Amino acid sequence: MNFNIDQIRKDFPILSQQVYNRPLVYFDNGATTQKPQCVINCINDYHTQHNSSIHRGVHYLSEKATEDYENARKTVQHFINAASSNEIIFTPGTTSSINGLAFSFGERYIREGDEIIVTEMEHHANIVPWQMLCERKKSRLRVIPFSDEGILKLEELDRMINEKTRLICVIHVSNALGTINPVNEIIQKAHQHNIPVLVDGAQSVQHTSVDVQQMDCDFFAFSGHKIYAPTGIGILYGKEKWLDELPPFQGGGDMVDVVTFEKTTYNSLPFKFEAGTPNYIGAIGLASALDYVTSLGVENIAQHELTLLHQGTEKLLNLGYVKLFGTAPHKSSILSFIVNGVHPYDTGMVLDKMGIAVRTGTHCAQPVMQHYGIEGTVRASVALYNNALEIDALVEGVKKVKTMFG
Amino acid sequence: MSIVNAIHVKSITDIQNEIIEEFEVYDDWMDKYNYLIEISRELPVIDSKLKVNENLINGCQSKVWLNAEYNQGKIDFSADSDAIITKGIVALLIRVLSGRTPAEILNVDLYFIDRIGLRQNLSPTRSNGLLSMIKQMKLYALAYQTKYQ
Repeated sequence: MNFNIDQIRKDFPILSQQVYNRPLVYFDNGATTQKPQCVINCINDYHTQHNSSIHRGVHYLSEKATEDYENARKTVQHFINAASSNEIIFTPGTTSSINGLAFSFGERYIREGDEIIVTEMEHHANIVPWQMLCERKKSRLRVIPFSDEGILKLEELDRMINEKTRLICVIHVSNALGTINPVNEIIQKAHQHNIPVLVDGAQSVQHTSVDVQQMDCDFFAFSGHKIYAPTGIGILYGKEKWLDELPPFQGGGDMVDVVTFEKTTYNSLPFKFEAGTPNYIGAIGLASALDYVTSLGVENIAQHELTLLHQGTEKLLNLGYVKLFGTAPHKSSILSFIVNGVHPYDTGMVLDKMGIAVRTGTHCAQPVMQHYGIEGTVRASVALYNNALEIDALVEGVKKVKTMFG
Repeated sequence: MSIVNAIHVKSITDIQNEIIEEFEVYDDWMDKYNYLIEISRELPVIDSKLKVNENLINGCQSKVWLNAEYNQGKIDFSADSDAIITKGIVALLIRVLSGRTPAEILNVDLYFIDRIGLRQNLSPTRSNGLLSMIKQMKLYALAYQTKYQ
């Protein structure tokens, strides 16, 4: 495998720093990833040389920015293999994508008594917008449970689907457990009943190759900042046949065709869903990040991360006092654990002072914690730039925690 | 009563300075945390009957239980936390603020937290229950002051 980790780490300037006089070990990638120099340069160059509002200028800079923005859309299209760039909507992130979809889909298709299915494994961004919709429309949210290993009980889905089911929303990779869910199977089942499926890819696109046509999902959402791009940019993918039917979720400039006080007609796809001045520099930064990921090879990244995940799993379990949450055979990137008898917050506080950045708490997925009857976990999530030495540092950190609190 | 008075011959400022001195010997974070762990064990733990939802301050990271009793012009606090480092800091706050008058609690400037390097634990985003605990202590002080004056 042509994946030179030492060389790759040099692409990320933030990683070379020390915190509390120790080398930074960054394992909070599930929350956000660090940016390679090429993305930093891209954003810097844009502000230094090219900045101009898009889609309306008659001048050189505006034309150039418009072209780059639309090229960024094509880069995203190819990255997830969408059929058309009309199917790629720029949003501020996964949460915005799902909230926007919940509004539009709800306005168009949801009536009193209808049902929307989610899973017990969702993070709040794929629960709360649907709950809000259900409250507005007096419809019902149904939940596919998961087993203690962290595997969805799909037989429950078969029982749940009925003539009132309008939409199924499922997290692709669990941010709290790391499970890679069998989205293809879920989509197949749903489509047998003509039910569309939203796949939440916030934790998947950066770890595994995503082909929305092969997957055949109807909607797909992800965030730029979790795949080495800047914050404030994300994607809502939707099949053109759906996006054509759905009403816009925000009104304003750029999304309109003709505006009079009597009636406004809307612009065509994808602009219908992009009201106001878009985050074009974010979009261009996202394209730069996706180019970087593509240059390394998504499969190479997945293989590298899986090796680290297995090393971490084995070494932590070998300690004999670490409980791992999420033990599905098909997993990605996430080590969610508790040091027996030690509060996750205490664990995180000590690791922090050893220079190791992890997340502690509920990971915006409180129902997952409720499933296990726990207050939270410690989450170490790996990215393409982590290495085996860092896994060892984490294990040493956990040993230290045990001696202090155990 | 006499014991409380004996302890609080020292002013709030005296006690804060005392804590700062105690922490000055530790320049390593792990030693500092070990000291907090030690202190956490000395915290007079809240009566389990009082560890109820009404006394719970729910942080997203750790929980704190706080009980207040008004006793001859002064407020006695007892508390607990499910996280040990949080509990250690809780113990320090109790040491400074328990057995004080409502006016003292309302006017307190808790500068020791910053001086011993634990200010990050009181940031609103940390959500470990500590900031809410201090607010709650001041609310008790305000309530008792209003009630008994």
